[in-house]
Amino acid sequence: MSEVTKIVDSVRSGKSSAVAEVKAALERAESHTDHHVFISLTEKRALERAKDIDEQVAAGRVVGALAGVPFVVKDNFLAFDGATTAAAKMLEGFETPMQATAVRKLEEQGAICIGKTNLDAFAHGGSTENSYFGPTLNACDKERVAGGSSGGSAVAVALGIVPFALGTDTGGSIRQPASFNGVVGIKPTYGTVSRFGVVAMASSTDVIGCFTKEVEDIELVLSIMAGRDERDGTTLPNPTLQGVALQKQRVGVIKECMGEGVDSEVRELIEQYIEQLKQAGHEVEEISLPMYQYALAIYYIVIPAETCSNLARYDGIRYGYRAGKSLSDVYGKSRDGGFMPENKRRIMIGNYVLSSGFFDAYYMQAEKARTLLINEYNAAFKDFDVLVSPVAPTPAFKLGENTSDPLKMYMADVMTVPPSLAGLPALSVPAGKTKAGLPVGVQLIGKCQDDAKLFSLAKETEK
Amino acid sequence: MAKITKDEIKHLAELANLTLSDEEVDSLGGDLNDIVAYIEQLSELNTEGVEPTYMTVDLEDVWRDDEVIDYGLTRENLLALAPDQADDQIKVPKVL
Repeated sequence: MSEVTKIVDSVRSGKSSAVAEVKAALERAESHTDHHVFISLTEKRALERAKDIDEQVAAGRVVGALAGVPFVVKDNFLAFDGATTAAAKMLEGFETPMQATAVRKLEEQGAICIGKTNLDAFAHGGSTENSYFGPTLNACDKERVAGGSSGGSAVAVALGIVPFALGTDTGGSIRQPASFNGVVGIKPTYGTVSRFGVVAMASSTDVIGCFTKEVEDIELVLSIMAGRDERDGTTLPNPTLQGVALQKQRVGVIKECMGEGVDSEVRELIEQYIEQLKQAGHEVEEISLPMYQYALAIYYIVIPAETCSNLARYDGIRYGYRAGKSLSDVYGKSRDGGFMPENKRRIMIGNYVLSSGFFDAYYMQAEKARTLLINEYNAAFKDFDVLVSPVAPTPAFKLGENTSDPLKMYMADVMTVPPSLAGLPALSVPAGKTKAGLPVGVQLIGKCQDDAKLFSLAKETEK
Repeated sequence: MAKITKDEIKHLAELANLTLSDEEVDSLGGDLNDIVAYIEQLSELNTEGVEPTYMTVDLEDVWRDDEVIDYGLTRENLLALAPDQADDQIKVPKVL
């Protein structure tokens, strides 16, 4: 039985209670404060909801598929009880009367949100060092980064505080921290889960996903969150996320991700994983995707362009932080004071690539190059069912190691951005640890809406 | 591509409504030049006749009935989100 179903079972049978589960999770949260996982705990509401579920169980009523299961969400999801900060001064103390659709659906099944986790401000970053509230520390080595931007959620699951956590992934923000902390993380097919009530970053690749210890729990949580939402026009109808019988799969190992620039221990661990797939009877071959070398450049044009547009709403007028006296002063100073340096960097790049005179050379060229990348994937999926690569070229790096060089920091995304640009599902699963004890993840990439196939394949190789 | 000058950075900041300090203009200028030098590599790709991709899944023009949906939100709820309010409205600094 998986971790999540174990809790549901014991809450339903009376062996445990929702209150006991929530209290234990809150205690675990308190005992790990040094990792700086949380921006806030939603203790009061969590305990009230737990009590309510226990009363329903006692009264013999049917309770949901996630009854009494504590979970956490990245602090860019709107949730009741407390602020949604996006880890930025711009939204410090920002309380809303709304709840993200994903959170609402989980709560309807009896899951209980106990807190909001740390992230890179506005989800811009790959280390959770860009948080206004300070960095989250890696679950396995406190001198190293948690990865990001969903660093807090990944560490919450890795430390066993909660059995599942929500994150967002625009170019690797779930997969990379999953890899760095040794947990499972899914970036589902674009449009699988409603983004209503989640702070927008780049709308053509933003997706909602989750972290767990086991793949089975990913299937359960994701299938509850997924589906069409009238409040998000980009949601897909009827996503299938569970239960495909697995036959022999044709697996393609992406050549561009196994060569130069990849840490030798990472490569070895991925090769061992590939060997496991072969042992399980799958057909494995190398595939070359030459457009991969351009993916990061495409990403750092398209995403800042979309990001600067989405962040235009933070003007110090309608919500968030306000500074300055006159109107123009308020715009400029609220934005300068409310955003972190990385936010400003992306706003500036976005404005640059969209400005007249450069629009065709950068933005249009990138969107065309994106088509070429997608064409390459389409051709590859004629010969292969699943593609494999490392999640990141290295294990978790040291705190402060990449902060002075934005480009170096961006390189940590080099293997996660290509599937994002194509809207493909990609799963990060633990492949083992380096000699120094640092986790390394392997990335399984599928065709659009082939998420379930990735889960089945990953389950075969789970210990 | 020519280097992005300090004046261009300032102009860009103005377009983006960011009041940057002098130090920020310098540091962002340096970063931007590095990043632009990197993304420049796309110019070597031949994209003649290639259609751009803005949306990755096959969803276009999603329609719904033009009806007011009650999400349980009140005027007060939403006004409370603004940094300053008065008389049931969002208060802004003097414009004229």
